[in-house]
Amino acid sequence: MIKFDNVTKIYARGARPALDGVSLEIPRGQFCFLVGASGSGKSTLLSLVLREEHITSGRAFVLGQDIAKMPQRRIPRFRRQIGSVFQDFRLLERKTVFQNVAFAMQVIGRPRHAIMRTVPDVLDLVGLAGKDKRAPHELSGGEQQRVAIARAVVNRPQILLADEPTGNLDPRTSEGIMAVLARVNQTGTTVVMATHDVGLVDQARQRVVELVEGRVVRDEASGYYGGDA
Amino acid sequence: MRLRFVLAEIAHGFRRNASMISAVILVTFVSLSAVGAALMLQFQVERIKGDWYGRMEVSIYLCPEDAVDQGNCASGAVSADQLEAVEDRLESAELAPYVRETSLQSAESVFEDYQVRFGGSYMTDEVSVEMFGPVIHVALTDPEKFEVVTDAVGAMPGVLQAVDQSDLFDRLFDLLSKLRLAALAVAAVLGLAAVLLIATTIRLSALSRQRETGIMRLVGASNLFIQLPFILEGAVAALLGSVLAVGALWGVAEFWLAGWVERNFIVVMGSVNPADAIAVAPWLVIAAVALAGVSSVLTLRRFTRV
Repeated sequence: MIKFDNVTKIYARGARPALDGVSLEIPRGQFCFLVGASGSGKSTLLSLVLREEHITSGRAFVLGQDIAKMPQRRIPRFRRQIGSVFQDFRLLERKTVFQNVAFAMQVIGRPRHAIMRTVPDVLDLVGLAGKDKRAPHELSGGEQQRVAIARAVVNRPQILLADEPTGNLDPRTSEGIMAVLARVNQTGTTVVMATHDVGLVDQARQRVVELVEGRVVRDEASGYYGGDA
Repeated sequence: MRLRFVLAEIAHGFRRNASMISAVILVTFVSLSAVGAALMLQFQVERIKGDWYGRMEVSIYLCPEDAVDQGNCASGAVSADQLEAVEDRLESAELAPYVRETSLQSAESVFEDYQVRFGGSYMTDEVSVEMFGPVIHVALTDPEKFEVVTDAVGAMPGVLQAVDQSDLFDRLFDLLSKLRLAALAVAAVLGLAAVLLIATTIRLSALSRQRETGIMRLVGASNLFIQLPFILEGAVAALLGSVLAVGALWGVAEFWLAGWVERNFIVVMGSVNPADAIAVAPWLVIAAVALAGVSSVLTLRRFTRV
């Protein structure tokens, strides 16, 4: 699903690499945590997968495609198979919950009847049934993040990238978000989640990849946030 | 769904950017009005040229009694033989095809015309009939070929001067073409302003919708789909400007210029035709689309890339 082979990313000439010779393989359907301090390269890794940035050297395959060689015009279709969630939710304030989720389908030209059928299902999946007419500012932080997750998965992506999705939320709410992500993962979606949240990682017992200064220093199949505890 | 979505986005952009959009409409309106005015002036020049050249003639001034050493007047006033030679020349096989009609005006009649024209001013004080010779007026079949006639008879004995009226026309046309150039210069400067303004509007619009476009890009919307609302926003504003310009040109031609010119300058200008405004309309619309297109290309290439 995602395969990095000695990938290096340098943003500015002469700067320290953001990623330094990372090799990593994430198979289909896996739930994988990326942990590490701020600036360790977690977000860079996610933006390379999404093909927002070019890799500087090495080879990277996502969904079977060599992302270094992918032409510009193929990027939109490629991204339709990847969902993204961020720490700051990035909802559209002037749209309702339903419209926010529907937006992701509208802008790739999905027909109205498909939108009317799919969006309620997805809102149900993330636990927001009945709140479809609310505005984002009427929702709690956890509910807003659920909307963002619903928007990320409404087009049934094969991969879900989550960059610190619980960074702005309290522990109890974070557990709820984690449960939603686990549910998304159970539908067959590969989930890659960058996080600082020790409790969540320790509880989930999933694969943990730790980055330090752009290098993979630990990769455990069923790990804890801080290594063997 | 797609169309409705794009239209809703444009409407939203118009509401949010109302003042910028108004500025775009006004600047394109004024710049396209200048373009339209230049085009209409061109039409007008063509028409006046047609009218005037039809009336254009060559005047052959023959030597007066008081002629000293001007022209070919060494022998004093034009003699009957010399006059006949000139008239024969005009009727010759060489010149006949160019000459439609000739008429001879006597020296006395020319003197009277002069007095009527300048009567009462100092210009008539020292003037006597002896200073005027007869004039042959030659109407031409092809007004552009006046030189054939002036060259042929200009050097004949007894001819003071063969004058065509092209000098007069050329001065008028020169004035009109300078006006046209001025209008085009205004149009060019304002056109540049319009392009920059549309570009800025698109940029502002794109900035204010960065979150939307960011999400669009993330979920894999195509470039065209992301950019279309911005392109159309500029294009619709420019089109509105061109519609206003056409309306203004037509209104000015119909309600103001037509009457005014006819009252004051009918002889010089001929009449201004409001239909000209309709004739330039398609060009202005094309110009508006071009302005918006150039601006969009300039802005979006850098802005909403994947």
